[in-house]
Amino acid sequence: MSKTVYINSVGSVSVQKTFDNSEFLNEITSYNDTVASVINPDYKAFIPPAQARRMAKGIKMSTVSSKTALQEAGIENVDAIIVGTGLGCIGDSEKFVGDIIDNNEQFLTPTRFIQSSHNTVAGQIALGIGCKGYNFTYVHAAVSFESSLIDAKMQLENDEAKNILVGGVDEMVKHHVDSHRLIGHIKSKPVDASKLLASKTKGSVMGEGSHFFVLSNKKQDSTYAELVAVECYNTISQENLPKKITSFLEENQTSMKAIDLVILGNNGDVDFDQYYTDLSKGIFRETPQAYYKHLSAEFDTASGFAFWLGAKILKTQNIPEVVKLNQLKASNTRTILIYNQYRGENHSLVLLRKC
Amino acid sequence: MSKGVAITGMGIISAIGNNVLENYTSLISGKAGISKISHIDTIHADEIMVGEIKTTNTEFENHLELPENSYSRSPILGIIAAREAIQQAGITDINDYKTGLISSTTVGGMDKSEQYFYEYFESNAHWQHINGLHAGDSTKKIADAIGLKESFVTTISTACSSAANAIMLGARMIKSGQLDRVVVGGTDALSKFTINGFKTLMILSDTYNTPFDENRKGLNLGEAAAFLVLESDKVVEKENRKILAYVKGFGNSNDAFHQTASSENGDGAVLAMQKALQVAGLKPSAIDYVNAHGTATPNNDLSEGRAMLRIFGEGNVPEFSSTKAYTGHTLAVAGGVEAVYSVLALQNNCMYPNLNFKTPMKEFDLIPQTEVKEKEIKHVLSNSFGFGGNCSTLIISKEA
Repeated sequence: MSKTVYINSVGSVSVQKTFDNSEFLNEITSYNDTVASVINPDYKAFIPPAQARRMAKGIKMSTVSSKTALQEAGIENVDAIIVGTGLGCIGDSEKFVGDIIDNNEQFLTPTRFIQSSHNTVAGQIALGIGCKGYNFTYVHAAVSFESSLIDAKMQLENDEAKNILVGGVDEMVKHHVDSHRLIGHIKSKPVDASKLLASKTKGSVMGEGSHFFVLSNKKQDSTYAELVAVECYNTISQENLPKKITSFLEENQTSMKAIDLVILGNNGDVDFDQYYTDLSKGIFRETPQAYYKHLSAEFDTASGFAFWLGAKILKTQNIPEVVKLNQLKASNTRTILIYNQYRGENHSLVLLRKC
Repeated sequence: MSKGVAITGMGIISAIGNNVLENYTSLISGKAGISKISHIDTIHADEIMVGEIKTTNTEFENHLELPENSYSRSPILGIIAAREAIQQAGITDINDYKTGLISSTTVGGMDKSEQYFYEYFESNAHWQHINGLHAGDSTKKIADAIGLKESFVTTISTACSSAANAIMLGARMIKSGQLDRVVVGGTDALSKFTINGFKTLMILSDTYNTPFDENRKGLNLGEAAAFLVLESDKVVEKENRKILAYVKGFGNSNDAFHQTASSENGDGAVLAMQKALQVAGLKPSAIDYVNAHGTATPNNDLSEGRAMLRIFGEGNVPEFSSTKAYTGHTLAVAGGVEAVYSVLALQNNCMYPNLNFKTPMKEFDLIPQTEVKEKEIKHVLSNSFGFGGNCSTLIISKEA
């Protein structure tokens, strides 16, 4: 008999003020830009300033969000640390490449190279809390975070671990933004976040963030929700998508009617939002709908923000106005489905349930 | 005692061969693939040796019928090895069972990014490589090349233990019934980025690497891709597959000691080996051969040697060797390359020499296998350790 998996705590550093778990999108920062940077928490409260100066942004954000999650779960260590990141500490990679070229492969120092390793965040967290357990890093674009969820869920269900720190982190840096704007992945003109879905332009607004959660097979007072199921697919055609979602729900003994809220990953890219709008008008037309990328902006692990949002909604039973995509209401929000894809690839479905 | 997961196919490309047979032939004839670098223009060319695959990207792209300079080298190598593995398994339709692809890489498309880093802003000639920097992009290209659709496809990057972890995850997903079949492994090409990175860490040897030798001077970087096909009992039975070997045990732990160095006594390595033995339900004495991580850096070989002594006991360490003197250290793929070599060791009942070994290390009395040796081999233990404290061990066995 496999064990039930719970989300026992959350920790978020994002382009909204989400680092304080006692709040829930109380203040919204509205961007009118092509990029959005994290709202910095008080890093000094978490990291000695001397260390913080040399730290990559992704490590700093993750130190705060992971410590927040551990604190809220009331634990100091975990059995495993699993991190998803599309690009790792890409800022250090870029600087190191720049240094190689600018200095013709001379006068280089190792710090940037070391931090550029994709598994730096998972390694640093393990080092910080002295966790000698299982340590994994997934780096598969828009399903990096979901890959981590699948791994953690498998271990908790089989009782191979009791508490796992799972997270998703990506940092935004200049060369990456500038180069991806060249190929149309990032919008060329600023867009008002509140009108993101009506932008009718190519590309997305790029952001960054770090989301960590303690997943456990033991429910406790701090528990937010149950993680029922996660699936990732490298491809799904638009035509096949509704069928894929329905069979995912069936496999998890959940009817379409049972979905009290669907959280969709629309990012305002005129070329790819069709995946979502078809669902909104199709199989989810009678389902309350929410979206979030006008708040989080887009990045490989932006779905960590959706997971955070879903967990918060289930715990507080409050759906903030700002995330509502339609005006349908469920009397209670018991079951949430999160669907995400990026540029038509790397689709993911996550099913959460109130407990 | 838990049952192993069947390995039904394998593919590899490395500095000692473009397929499994060529690799095996080099291994038993003591033919190393370490040379001066020829494909990358680096000022360190005279101070380093590498395990380079001599075929050029253009030659590979012609062979794969890809447009010239369309892919970075990691996905190209990955496609070649993954296809060989699938072919060996006898798979004709990759989508006929619930199949996953778990690849791993550390550099992804860095070889191209570093080449066109500034040029992107002057001309659109090489914009096809911009998105190739993402580690996941190399895996996506492999998935496309093998025709995998609507499936679980992911990428692991845990530095030099990546492919071992990909194999471990694949085995776990088969065991838990989430997948019927999974292609697991990794791919990493040489790049200026890693050459200079390891250079700053001062762990690159200027000559042939000498694992477990007192006078070892560091590692030679290498490039490779290696994949295994793992299949569930259901598929094996239905398709009447020939089983090459089994993934019997696996263990992952973190040294939690230092971002780049291993702890002096190899705590993480000990934990990884213990867990793998536990999963396999084997006593240390059941291990017939250890394919060591053995990078030939002062730090790794000392730490790993001590860890082996802790696991097996003084005087009881089985025959062991590092094959990195053949291939160089292929970073993410090391665990994949060495899994293929472990299967070959089981199939042929032979173990490979630890080339270039002369002087035993003064810290302990451990002497690697220095000649090809034939003996009945039932269980091989293979170690892979990486930056970030990542330690992984696989046990590959003849019987389930």
